Amino acid sequence: MNRYLIPLAVFALVVVVFAIGIAEAPRKDLVPSPLIGKEVPNFSLPSLTDPTQEVSSKQLLGHWYLFNVWGTWCVSCRMEHPELLQIARSGAVPIIGLDWKDSRAEALAFLKKEGDPYQRIAVDRKGNEAIRWGVYGAPETFVVNPEGIIVYKYIGPITPQAWVQNILPHLPAAQTASAGS
Amino acid sequence: MIPELGEFALILALVLAALQGFFGIAGPAFKRERWTAAVTPAVAGQFVMVATSMGCLMTSFIDNDFSVRYVVENSNSALPVFYRIAGVWGAHAGSLLLWIFLLGAWTVAAAFGTSKLPREFAARVLGVLGVISFGFLLYTLTTSNPFIRLDPPWPDGQGLNPILQDPGLAAHPPVLYTGYVGLAVAFAFAGAALLEGRLDREWARWTRPWTTAAWAFLTCGITLGSWWAYYTLGWGGFWFWDPVENASLMPWLMATALIHSLAVTEKRGLFKSWTLLLAVLGFSLSLLGTFLVRSGVLISVHSFAVSPSRGEFILTFLVIMIGAALALYAWRAPQLKSEAGFELTARESFLLFNNILLVTACGTVFVGEIAPIIYTALGFGKLSVGPPYFNPTFLLSMLPLLALVSLGVHSRWKRGGFGDRGKTLLLTFAAAAVIGCGVMFGVFTGGGVLAAVGMTLGVWIVLSSLVDPIIRLRRRITIPRSVLGMTLAHIGLGIFVFSLTAVQGFTTEHDVAMPIGGVTQAGAYTFQFEGVNRLQGSDYGGVSATMLVTRHGQPVAVMHPEKRNYWVQHIVTTHSAIDMFDGSNILVALGQDLGDGRWSLRIQVRPLVTYMWIAALIMAAGGMLAISDRRYRIAQETAEEPAAAAAQGKA
Repeated sequence: MNRYLIPLAVFALVVVVFAIGIAEAPRKDLVPSPLIGKEVPNFSLPSLTDPTQEVSSKQLLGHWYLFNVWGTWCVSCRMEHPELLQIARSGAVPIIGLDWKDSRAEALAFLKKEGDPYQRIAVDRKGNEAIRWGVYGAPETFVVNPEGIIVYKYIGPITPQAWVQNILPHLPAAQTASAGS
Repeated sequence: MIPELGEFALILALVLAALQGFFGIAGPAFKRERWTAAVTPAVAGQFVMVATSMGCLMTSFIDNDFSVRYVVENSNSALPVFYRIAGVWGAHAGSLLLWIFLLGAWTVAAAFGTSKLPREFAARVLGVLGVISFGFLLYTLTTSNPFIRLDPPWPDGQGLNPILQDPGLAAHPPVLYTGYVGLAVAFAFAGAALLEGRLDREWARWTRPWTTAAWAFLTCGITLGSWWAYYTLGWGGFWFWDPVENASLMPWLMATALIHSLAVTEKRGLFKSWTLLLAVLGFSLSLLGTFLVRSGVLISVHSFAVSPSRGEFILTFLVIMIGAALALYAWRAPQLKSEAGFELTARESFLLFNNILLVTACGTVFVGEIAPIIYTALGFGKLSVGPPYFNPTFLLSMLPLLALVSLGVHSRWKRGGFGDRGKTLLLTFAAAAVIGCGVMFGVFTGGGVLAAVGMTLGVWIVLSSLVDPIIRLRRRITIPRSVLGMTLAHIGLGIFVFSLTAVQGFTTEHDVAMPIGGVTQAGAYTFQFEGVNRLQGSDYGGVSATMLVTRHGQPVAVMHPEKRNYWVQHIVTTHSAIDMFDGSNILVALGQDLGDGRWSLRIQVRPLVTYMWIAALIMAAGGMLAISDRRYRIAQETAEEPAAAAAQGKA
């Protein structure tokens, strides 16, 4: 046995480990969030439209929804707004908004002027909720299933293309059928 | 137009890198003079193209060209120009381009540095560097092209990660990469020796300055990162055993081992195959670091957006480069004969122990690094390896290493023993124990065994390093810069160990909820919370607190810890206020507004922490001083005759 072969043998072992490591890494183009496959953070927040009402994770169990983090201060959120309206009109999936670090007056004025695609909107004035969702920058959109599990996260403004290519495939077929966008 | 130019230049660079690799390796192998001669122009051409490409990306950032996706993702028109430039290496694709640019710069330097060496050897060095560059260019162009356009362009960018908006961190990646990439030169020297199948003491002398230079940059880069983490991340740590930190520490440990083993190879013609192996492993570990950070195999605070396809590419590249080098090693190394033997107490032995301990330390870090991957691969779920593993295992190999420094420096080559230095060593050790324990009980009032050992070893290394220069000065013998550099680096190490021990052993830390006007005590200092003010920056808002610090009734400082809120990304960052008095480092970090007029605050008093980073910079400075020694330049010129005679094929 040539002892100078030992480094090569050790290296071969390390390569095997790494190859397995890669195979085990999530099979997606990008790894968007460690929260994928996990339950949504438990939340109960005031509603934007009526602060006496609550929007909570419990109420949302039982059906698919998009959880969209936005704010009127966010340029990209304004960019994706028409597409959100389109999705809402198609009835493909309800959209729940998280109005992030925003002023209530401005948010309401914006929705009145541009249209409101959201079924409900939770308010996160201080930004603590967004931290629990691991939000890096608005807009971010989570696809949540009826069991309250996050199945996908899309970062950046939703374009018509992104809706068809990235988000729709994560929704069940029944939802997809009605979504002729 | 400019992004397209950048991409085109990158493609040309790829072609030139391929030519450089082919001519450099095939020219000497097939004894084609013309091929060998074509290597240098290929190096120059490749670097011009890479620099052009880099310039194009930078221009896109400076001009706020939001039709380029990478610019949109990493910049914003509200950013100051300085950080728009730093945005170039703010994420994966651009930092790869920086990597390639720095490799090009090292290659050009190597082309100048090897111009006096045997022609075939120089061509092989440049050829190996060409292959490395080719791999990275191909990787960038196929998986991570920073020049991809967006249609339609965005109105504005998403902004640079606020964590990166800091002068320290803007400088951290380029410096660290310079070190990483510099190890490629040592690797290329090893590759050339393996291809040639010949390694003599001249080879070690040629390789030494390159290794030391890379090591010095690596030292500075790691120090910058640690310093930045300390004062930006905000909660007072300076080393987290994060996978990416480890990825930089492992090549550093290897490079440190390599520097010492090269010394033996040059002086005594020993450890040849071992030295070669270290040179190969040093760069392999920096490649491995790149793989680990960018493949998504490990989760880290430094994570780039990752994708398995990127990981697969790097893994393939690793297999080709490192696999080939190690296979070549297995074939050639048995032919390398040591030129002499040595006694157990000779300096060779101490340097051998140094190498064994450094490689062991590197091995334990490596095991901790990949354990989570193995654990997951075996289906046991997730595993997180942290300080409880790393601290004790690392200490286990580091303590004996530190204890051997003084002995190694004063032992004699070959026949062993310490000669008339034995007494001096004992004397310096006794003095170090007295000073170390004196400081411990006098200044810090008490401490454990580990603190006593650390302080004593730190002082001992400094004192014993001073012995040789003092003797030489007395006898009016000139000290060569390489020896002076080594002494300086060892003194830096001693100061580092001493301050690290103080920080680890004697830090006081308080988490307090303070009302405005409240007072608290930490160590010898009194802190009075004066209030908070609103903050307004170019792309952030936030609050800044005012904290009056007094000591024995004397005001020593007014500190302003901040909490910033970056609008564009909506990230809240903590900017601790840090001040230094009498070598102590005081850190105040502002936490939450508790609502009832009180704020949560973290107050830490860390003795000597600043000296830790200064000490690391002293080490790096020692390395740079050693490189500037004339012997490396003159030696290269005089080395030409015997080496050329041996090479025979020189025109």
